[in-house]
Amino acid sequence: MKADPHGVLTGTHFIDGDHACCEGALAAGARFAAGYPITPSTEVVERFAARVPTVGGTFIQMEDELAASITLQGAVWGGAKAFTVTSGPGFSLMMEHIGYAAMTETPCVFVDVQRGGPSTGLPTLPAQADMMQARWGSHGDYEIIALCPNSPQECFDLTIKAFNMAEEFRVPVMFMMDEVVGHMTEKVVIPAADEIEVVPRKHTRKSVEDYLPYGSNGDMVPEMAHAGEGYKFHVTGLTHDERGYPNMTPQTQDKLVRRLQNKIRSAADRICLFEEDGIEGADVVVVSYGITSRVAQRAVQMARERGLKVGKLRLITAWPFPEKKIAEVAPKVKALVVPELNLGQMVREVERAAQGKAKTVAIPHAGGGVHSPDQILNAIVEASRC
Amino acid sequence: MLNIVDNTVNPVEPFLRSDRMPHIWCPGCGIGTTVNSFARALIDSKIDLESLALVSGIGCTGRVAGYVKLDSFHTTHGRAIPFATGLKLANPKLNVVVYSGDGDLSAIGGNHLIHAARRNIDLKVICVNNLIYAMTGGQTAPTTPGHATTSTNPYGTFEPAFNLPHLVEAAGAVYVARWTTFHVRQLARSISEAFQKKGFSFIEVISPCPTLYQRRNKMGDGLDTMKYYKEKSKVKHGAPTSEVGLTLNGEIAVGKFVDRDRPDYQSMMRAQYVESLGERYIEEPEAECVCG
Amino acid sequence: MAKGRVSIVVERCKACGFCVEFCPTHVLALSSAFNSKGYHPPHVVHPEKCSGCDLCGMYCPDFAIYGTKAGELKVNKATGGEK
Repeated sequence: MKADPHGVLTGTHFIDGDHACCEGALAAGARFAAGYPITPSTEVVERFAARVPTVGGTFIQMEDELAASITLQGAVWGGAKAFTVTSGPGFSLMMEHIGYAAMTETPCVFVDVQRGGPSTGLPTLPAQADMMQARWGSHGDYEIIALCPNSPQECFDLTIKAFNMAEEFRVPVMFMMDEVVGHMTEKVVIPAADEIEVVPRKHTRKSVEDYLPYGSNGDMVPEMAHAGEGYKFHVTGLTHDERGYPNMTPQTQDKLVRRLQNKIRSAADRICLFEEDGIEGADVVVVSYGITSRVAQRAVQMARERGLKVGKLRLITAWPFPEKKIAEVAPKVKALVVPELNLGQMVREVERAAQGKAKTVAIPHAGGGVHSPDQILNAIVEASRC
Repeated sequence: MLNIVDNTVNPVEPFLRSDRMPHIWCPGCGIGTTVNSFARALIDSKIDLESLALVSGIGCTGRVAGYVKLDSFHTTHGRAIPFATGLKLANPKLNVVVYSGDGDLSAIGGNHLIHAARRNIDLKVICVNNLIYAMTGGQTAPTTPGHATTSTNPYGTFEPAFNLPHLVEAAGAVYVARWTTFHVRQLARSISEAFQKKGFSFIEVISPCPTLYQRRNKMGDGLDTMKYYKEKSKVKHGAPTSEVGLTLNGEIAVGKFVDRDRPDYQSMMRAQYVESLGERYIEEPEAECVCG
Repeated sequence: MAKGRVSIVVERCKACGFCVEFCPTHVLALSSAFNSKGYHPPHVVHPEKCSGCDLCGMYCPDFAIYGTKAGELKVNKATGGEK
């Protein structure tokens, strides 16, 4: 369906990534946010708090991130599209509720504007060190989707995608920004509402008698009902059967957890978004995401000016990891160079997916700033020699 | 001879997920008894069941959500209140009940309890207080009275307990009552009254945990505890909540302690937006922005 | 004739004894028979005294017993305000 025009601020704007993310959420139909202030993410909900009363919806600042991350899920079951916004320390507190959203198949978006860690770390400076936490932070086996914007424009565009994927797959989607992207101000073009495609809730049309809250229906994503519609359904974080009733058996566990995993994995080709440039014939491919991809862009340019054959692969979807794409690229190149603002997270996935077909070179950075293009260039030059 | 069940229906049955019976609660546990009073209150107050959602946290009382035939949510430990807050704010037409235990609501969920009361979110909170963490095996809770023996205070508890009515009154609740599982009709009446209130209502129900609390403290079984409640409870409507703290063997003050009015969260929110934004304020989102 | 009658769902009973203790007219006693879980459910020893007040049902934590007033049988296809 098309976006509700009430939420779409059509026009050309000069805004930062945090504000663009908020506009993306509004355009996607989010009418509920619960938050707790934390640098460098707070501007997202500050803008939402100012905007939402004129659009029709609610912002509530909760007492902590534990509350914010479950309040939004209550709102989803009450019929809203909802999200929360945080940064590292708050993201850590939200982990249990990412698991709850995965288990109860609550469509929602968690925005994490990454800063340096661990612990309080570098509140005002960037990092990309929550990437593994986004994937594995809650206990148990589950799948999530994670997207990585690299510009304010993408903070707008991909936030809409994040909501759309959340609805399509009934899964929590992690929107992995970083401090630089969040605070970077650039031109953001917001199209007309009728040019924005929005995925509606996968709401059941079944009668009360026929409705099975967690019944699989071929595509593995169950149909949803909202509280107050007469379905009298039950939702639990316990292992549950198709009726939503707790059932403590290995069989039910196996069936449920595999479905939660397979509904994402089987659609990975569709979910995995990336941007590639000059991979054919390249000796070295730089694999990057988020703000690092913009530094990498400069480094690739400099390397090409020196006559090196360098390609670029930018991961827009970090999770599920686009392992098929890496496996396809690896045999064609000498090396995959992976700069990221952490001491080695996604590079492990790249290495795993490359299966030894190409050398994998990490360019770690502890965060607090971004790489210099020279750092990445040097690694490209080095890798081209081998 | 044993009677065979006849073709009439237990008044509580329509409110239960009968296909999940028998429940997991121990013999002599009082949680099921509180559900009877809850069901009676629903009948008496003529609440539209389709508008009613029930939210529980984790623990023995947390299992109530799984046994009632309502839109029911078994959430995470301590987070029933914030989940219920989201539900209520997203759909203000819902009547939202939070049904959970003392550990869930006042320890791990204590921060949410006081803030929901402060904000005066329109929630009906039923707190079954068995004075202990029961699901995990009888550990000390914030409500365990001094000198009681628990699995984690095997020589007796020594940390002071929360007086829950006092706590929630101080935080801003508009309706505060306490009963025991002996007071089935009074409890039903209080729940009905809470449904008439707009704002944060809190009803504490003292309930036996014969398996872990009473047994370890040599207080007999569930029935002995019910007799103890009958003997030691004193109805003190309007008593200052500062004076209704519980002790190991002492009197149990019961009754309606607080019944006052102040604007609930959504009324205050609406008033503020109307004042500041005037006609620019849009109260209801377009429903089609979610479901198409 | 009794004003009411008690119905017992034997298999749900866990023999806590609440109904026996708090029946205002002392209609019930725990039986010596077992249900399949090994509990002794109550049985009616003084049917004539039953007023059908359903206090047993209000106390029963296992939803295993309830009283109905005579002439009220088949009452509750349960309304409870349900649409």
